[in-house]
Amino acid sequence: MANIFNLTKEDFASDQMVKWCPGCGDHAILAALRKVLPQAGKKKEDILVVSGIGCSSRAPYYVNTYGMHCIHGRALPIASGAKIANPNLSVWVTTGDGDSLAIGGNHFIHCLRRNMDIKVILFNNQIYGLTKGQYSPTSPFGKVTKTSPMGTIEDPFDPGELAIGAGGTFFARSFDISMPIMDEILLAAAEHTGTALVEVLQNCMIYNNGAHSYYTDKETRADRIIHVQDGKPMLFGKEMNKGIRLNKDTNQLEVVTLGENGVTIDDILVHNPHQTNRGLQLMIAQMKGPDFPMAVGVIRDISKPCYSELMLQQIETAKAQTKFKCVDDLLNSGNTWDVE
Amino acid sequence: MTKDKGNVVVLEDVVVKFAGDSGDGMQLAGTLFSDNTALVGEDFVTFPDYPAEIRAPHNTVAGVSGFQIHFGSKAVISSGDRADVLVAMNPASLKSNMHNVKRGGTIIVDADTFVGDAITKAGYTENPLANDSLLDYHVIPAPITSMTREAQKELNVDVKNADKCRNIYALGIVYFLFHRDLEPTIKYFEKKFAKKPEFIETNKRVLVAGYTYAESVSANATTFIVDKYPLSKGRYRYITGNLATAWGFLAAAEKSGLQLYQGSYPITPATDILVELEGRRDLGVKAYQAEDEIAGITSAIGAAYAGALAITTTSGPGLSLKSEAMGLAVMTELPIVIVDVQRGGPSTGLPTKTEQSDLSQALYGRNGECPIPVIAASMPGNCFRFAYEASKIAVEHMTPVILLTDGYIANGTEVIKIPKVADLPDFNIPYAKPNDPDYAPYRRNETTFVPEWAIPGMEGLRHRVGGLEKENITGAVSTAPDNHELMCNNRRKKVEYIVNSIGDQEVIGDQEGDMLIIGWGGTYGALRNSLDEIRKECPGKKIGLAQFNYINPLPKNTEDIFRKFKKLIVCELNFGQFANYLRTQFEGYHFDQYNKVKGQPFMVSELVDAYKKLMEE
Repeated sequence: MANIFNLTKEDFASDQMVKWCPGCGDHAILAALRKVLPQAGKKKEDILVVSGIGCSSRAPYYVNTYGMHCIHGRALPIASGAKIANPNLSVWVTTGDGDSLAIGGNHFIHCLRRNMDIKVILFNNQIYGLTKGQYSPTSPFGKVTKTSPMGTIEDPFDPGELAIGAGGTFFARSFDISMPIMDEILLAAAEHTGTALVEVLQNCMIYNNGAHSYYTDKETRADRIIHVQDGKPMLFGKEMNKGIRLNKDTNQLEVVTLGENGVTIDDILVHNPHQTNRGLQLMIAQMKGPDFPMAVGVIRDISKPCYSELMLQQIETAKAQTKFKCVDDLLNSGNTWDVE
Repeated sequence: MTKDKGNVVVLEDVVVKFAGDSGDGMQLAGTLFSDNTALVGEDFVTFPDYPAEIRAPHNTVAGVSGFQIHFGSKAVISSGDRADVLVAMNPASLKSNMHNVKRGGTIIVDADTFVGDAITKAGYTENPLANDSLLDYHVIPAPITSMTREAQKELNVDVKNADKCRNIYALGIVYFLFHRDLEPTIKYFEKKFAKKPEFIETNKRVLVAGYTYAESVSANATTFIVDKYPLSKGRYRYITGNLATAWGFLAAAEKSGLQLYQGSYPITPATDILVELEGRRDLGVKAYQAEDEIAGITSAIGAAYAGALAITTTSGPGLSLKSEAMGLAVMTELPIVIVDVQRGGPSTGLPTKTEQSDLSQALYGRNGECPIPVIAASMPGNCFRFAYEASKIAVEHMTPVILLTDGYIANGTEVIKIPKVADLPDFNIPYAKPNDPDYAPYRRNETTFVPEWAIPGMEGLRHRVGGLEKENITGAVSTAPDNHELMCNNRRKKVEYIVNSIGDQEVIGDQEGDMLIIGWGGTYGALRNSLDEIRKECPGKKIGLAQFNYINPLPKNTEDIFRKFKKLIVCELNFGQFANYLRTQFEGYHFDQYNKVKGQPFMVSELVDAYKKLMEE
């Protein structure tokens, strides 16, 4: 897919004032979204942006496409209905960790399972921002918030783990501060057929400031984040001398250093997002500190028919085989009798 | 009205009830009898009555499955009250249906099953066939189980499979009682079992055996003849309410040129609509079995935004789950139809039983000022018409519409004259014009208050809708106080204006006088029969019936009708939800009530008693 209609990001700026807090990570995501939409390979009129409720879900107002800002948690089924009804639409969903993993959790896993052709941008700030600071399903265990004054006593969901576990065909991750990686993964999502889940680890300045700073601090960033790329060895670190190896004895990933203990570049795992088997990709998605760097980039991107395509195929098959060409045929089918 | 013809009695209408353990094949026996009744040319209505469990404990009253057919040489509009003929395949089915058999009626039982603990499990202390408890009835104690096995003896069928034909044996007996021709049913076996020819022979032999048995033991028994019903010229079929609902939407889609989208989650008793439309990919239907009720309706809202004729189908508990999304459809002013096939509530309630207790929820069950048109079908056959009209109202007025049916009419069947799509009214869809420089999402027709339908893909009309209150005309998010009230009023007026698209309310019977019977939706058959009965019994009284199909808005002439009667009695299968609604709409009228919340349709006799009591007051 490419920018066949010669659109620019300005084509997607709406006349609405953006009402997110100054410094919020959402601004960066919006900029990346406006930048990628020209690449969707569709006319402006054939793009639909849908959202639920939450800060993330205000995004459709700020993008000049057809858009729906709906009710809490339901963006995915709304988007699914629109996509099924008109498969020609490029359908995008902006959602948050509360919207898609708490109230909308059921829709989230089923959308992925069905491989509905929808690009989902999950703004993950690990907090409920719009309701002013309650813990979310991605808040870490023990997190103190307004509704967990003694710390949460529940483990968080890892969106990547959940998405891949649910049979998702595409998962990519970025931090809101990494514009080039956001551009890269949104473009890959735009080109993917099926549910493309893009997790953006986004900073809420007001209610969860610094939630991702362990990874994003400038000083240590290079050692705590790994940018995974198709066909490339999984290297990271300031010197790019650290890497991820699959330990053949434990069948687990481990961090190794080139040149140490006889480790060479040949020992380093080469990333393959297109591999159908989800085992390794799941392990990569699960990597987190302090033992591992967190992976950003396209982690999984496999090819599989999407739901709306399969439905169209069934309609074609059924139409070719049926004896019913119109409703009158149906009404007159089966057991009928004539009265003279 | 009966007249003797030797031991053959000619009846104007008859009720036959097939009852047995769930798994005894009573629904099939009833369906085959219905097919045969259609061929004979009588009018009929049927109603299946089955337990919520697929296979409830064997031989218990809880596990009794029934199928009732009311047929006649006159127009039949309900599945009837008490049975003239009961087929009871075990003691439990006799026990649970006995009270619904007319005194002097015929009871066919499988005498083989009236042994051992089947009797006590049914709740009898002693064998009812062996005492005088059935003296008032004509009992045919047929050894159905043993005779069914006997009929298949030469065919090497094992006992378990042989017993599966007991229903067919009973059917044979009933065929004899009504002078029916066996041939069409045998033809049905030949067609159905073309790939398993051994079943053709077993079923055929058992059917004939049942018929012959009845002939031989009933030399002196009464048999019945029901004449043909003189239907007007045309082609006929019978149809369940759920199928008629599904086909009504198909017709609406074809006529309007819209694509039909359904987003639903299986729920009794609405599932059959989804089953039918999932099978209609051949007509281009996009039916989607969603992960839950909320996904069902919200996907429909998405599909409606994308330009489809979108529906969602459910029953009471599902309607509860859809409440918030209905509000979204009101706010985004998108056309969807929500079908609620009502069942006994609250909560899970009585999934397989009928009730009209979702009316208040349909009218009011949402947050905010959130008006939705509500219409109700009243017969299995007219579910077609009202599904069509619900679609037309939704699309022409850009609003969600709730269509209420109920378990009784959804699962019941009725003979209908087959409609032609060409004869159905056209759709007038308020599409926006691509590249219209004046387009705005909340600009309305000044008379109808209907906004335009701008669909993704249309050039020059990009806009955003959503659940947040919007500024009038522009659609920008707005919390301005005056704007909010204006928008609430606009949405209200839009729904009120629909009164101009629906006809006047009809009154059956006397047009003014002593008492008006008021009903709505699926109780039409029983109320209509009760009207005929009370007028017969009280010839000096002037009594009419107003059965409402349009609930919100109510037809324009509603108050004019009420004004013409001294007494108004609202009869409904709830504690008075329609009566209370009418009280909010029409001040100064006294509405009496007759209510029933038993999961069962009205009986004519109880209604007539209620009318008499009221008129004596």
